[in-house]
Amino acid sequence: MDLGNFISALTPLNIALALFGVVAGTIIGSIPGLTATMAVAVLVPITFSMEPASALILLGAIYTGAIYGGAYAAILLNTPGTPSAIATTFDGYPMAKRGDGDLAVALACFASVFGGLIGALALLFLAPPLSNVALAFGPIEYFWLSIFGLSLIASLSTGNLMKGLVGGAFGMILSTVGVAEISADIRLTFGSQTMIGGFGVVGALIGLYCIPVLIDLVAVPDRHLKVEDDIRSVRIGEAARIAMKAKFNLVRSSIIGTLVGILPGAGGSVAGLVAYSEAKRSAKPGQKFGEGEPDGIMATEAANNATVGGGFVPTLVLGIPGTPPDAVILGALLIQGVRTGPTLFQSGGSIVYTFIYGLIIATLLMLPAGLLIGRYAYKSIVTIPKAVLVPTVGFMTIIGTFAIRNSISDVVIMIVLGVFGWVVGRFGFAASPIVLGLILGPIAEQGFVQSWTIGAATNNLFGMFFGRPISQAIVAFTLLSLFYPAFSAWRQRRARSSMEAKS
Amino acid sequence: MLRRTILKLAAAAAVTVTASFATHAEVNGPVNYVIPFGPGGESDISARLQQPFFKDKFGQDLVISYQPGGGGAVGWASLNGLNGDGQTIMGINLPHIIIKPAQKDVGFTTDGINAFYMFHFTPDAIVVNASSPYKTLQDLIDDAKENPGAVTMSGSGKASANHLAQIKFDKMAGVKTTYVPFKGTGAAVTALLGDQVKAEWGYTTVGAKQGDAVRMLAVAMEERHPLFPDVPTFKELGFDMVGGAYRGIALPESASAETKKNWSEMIGEINKDPEFQQKMLDGGFALLDVDADGMSDFMKARVDEYLKDAREAGLIN
Repeated sequence: MDLGNFISALTPLNIALALFGVVAGTIIGSIPGLTATMAVAVLVPITFSMEPASALILLGAIYTGAIYGGAYAAILLNTPGTPSAIATTFDGYPMAKRGDGDLAVALACFASVFGGLIGALALLFLAPPLSNVALAFGPIEYFWLSIFGLSLIASLSTGNLMKGLVGGAFGMILSTVGVAEISADIRLTFGSQTMIGGFGVVGALIGLYCIPVLIDLVAVPDRHLKVEDDIRSVRIGEAARIAMKAKFNLVRSSIIGTLVGILPGAGGSVAGLVAYSEAKRSAKPGQKFGEGEPDGIMATEAANNATVGGGFVPTLVLGIPGTPPDAVILGALLIQGVRTGPTLFQSGGSIVYTFIYGLIIATLLMLPAGLLIGRYAYKSIVTIPKAVLVPTVGFMTIIGTFAIRNSISDVVIMIVLGVFGWVVGRFGFAASPIVLGLILGPIAEQGFVQSWTIGAATNNLFGMFFGRPISQAIVAFTLLSLFYPAFSAWRQRRARSSMEAKS
Repeated sequence: MLRRTILKLAAAAAVTVTASFATHAEVNGPVNYVIPFGPGGESDISARLQQPFFKDKFGQDLVISYQPGGGGAVGWASLNGLNGDGQTIMGINLPHIIIKPAQKDVGFTTDGINAFYMFHFTPDAIVVNASSPYKTLQDLIDDAKENPGAVTMSGSGKASANHLAQIKFDKMAGVKTTYVPFKGTGAAVTALLGDQVKAEWGYTTVGAKQGDAVRMLAVAMEERHPLFPDVPTFKELGFDMVGGAYRGIALPESASAETKKNWSEMIGEINKDPEFQQKMLDGGFALLDVDADGMSDFMKARVDEYLKDAREAGLIN
């Protein structure tokens, strides 16, 4: 880890690759259905003829760009471009609706760069010790983590908790459809071949978020987003001031993102949601999360980009991919003849460190590139007439869903789910709890079955479920997040009554 | 250096003498190579290893795409609906394509899959953490005999190669261990490294990837794997276990006999390349050469073997 590695990351070729990767990744990530995994997988063969470090830089740059790009569609179309951007829709779309879409995009860019840097720095300085986090998480910890994730429904669905819980349960049932991931049982397909692949998360995201927006666009005469009469110049200064004020939120969200990223199987969507709910919990008076609060966007975007660096920790130290794109990159490394493992950080050091510096450079390049592309994306979505926007986006949803695994069944499921989502949306059932159930359901199920099997085999079921320190901590957090809303309401009431008593 | 020069010369020759590719005229442009799983697993890695050699030898790109779902069923159910012009091929796995259709209607049948080459297998292996008290296979057997059911072993999926191996071994050794299914080998290894389980039913590839972090107690091969000269085979230790997960490639059934023959020859040629062989061995794989002609005999033997094992294990009726 000396200056030499930094210099070798700075070759014109590597910088050009980093820039190309970030731009390509951002564009791919902004299209729902085209995922970072796909982008990285397609470009792997190009890297065969490159130096390993350059190849890694290109792939890492695409990955980090794609995670940021997911925010565009989330903000401007209420559709997460990647699952990582689910929580970005909560405040991003309301901001865009009221005419602050350009500000939201700029904020997402600042937060993404910040989160990406924290994740990359953690990878640079702390990778070997941090990899122990991945190993300390056994099946039971994943089970409790998913329960914690589900408890976020309580804080996400203010006002109609019951409907949120019903949605979450429905999502969990959807997640069991098809061939079960570990038991290989075929469940709830009702003999239909269409359902055998189950409900994919990306297809469900597109259906549940994008289709209702499209239907509403057709159903109401208003413009898609409110536009100020004069299109203001980019609101970078304003965004920078807001981001500066939110430094504590940014740091906390980035740390959450890094840690969740280290856990194989959790990923950017969980990181973004956890960071969002933490930001919401520590909201200052006057902040209205869910109605266009800049802190909500920044929390999610900082966290999901921090998972990039975090995810590389187990990938490079343990040879265990933190996320699906990491898995593709790991394969590319293997072909390059790079052996992962703790020794990679000592002996073969130069490749790893050149890569990490490259990732940092790519993240920094995301600032100018992201702001420029974001401005262009905003302008085109805002100025495009509805008669063009709706068919274009509609076409993209179908192409994007089909592209996931070339399956017509997925497209059918996406459209049916979308119309269903629109209908239940009219009755106050939001899409997010359903998607949360769909993402967390399998993690909960697998963790439970594995923990039960191990606990029963060792005759220690109670100790398995409640005796491990990390589990206990997660359970405590879950209780906190479940009862915090009630607790803070009680505290406010008490404060008010004591004030009244004094007066 | 010399090898590179030769490669360059070969490439130059290829450009000038395109006619020499007439035997592989079926490949017109990039080939779509579908892996019916997510990235990072053994199927993906071995396909990725073929990728550069295919480009070198036949001048076209192998474009790998993933079509995960249903433990491979989504991909295989769609295989015969694809164009059989030879521009699309799909990875296949044993025992998956035998066990799954035997359990339930999954949209494809074993016989309906037009396999043209099985190019490698990953031999079953029992893997433990480097810090494990089990130094030898006998240590594990002793512990399992003393504490029936208390030896937990992770593995990839249920009714899978790992699971069948566990059931078979338990019966042979007269012990009872507890199998804990995980989503893929990666998750099963994570559980092993984190000491969540006492051992893992994995493959030799795990030993190659994890190096000093793990220890293999035995491998299910006829002879020891060249990469692990110190790890005994089950046979040496008195257990008649040879096998693992076999991987190959298939075409849609509409493909012509000529296309099938061409593909069989092309994949066979890659398998003969010493550099490819070395890379596969370094990755812990074991090469296998079952071409289009030998396929039906090979499949017949495997079907009998796997269905018998699965029936005895109570996984199918």
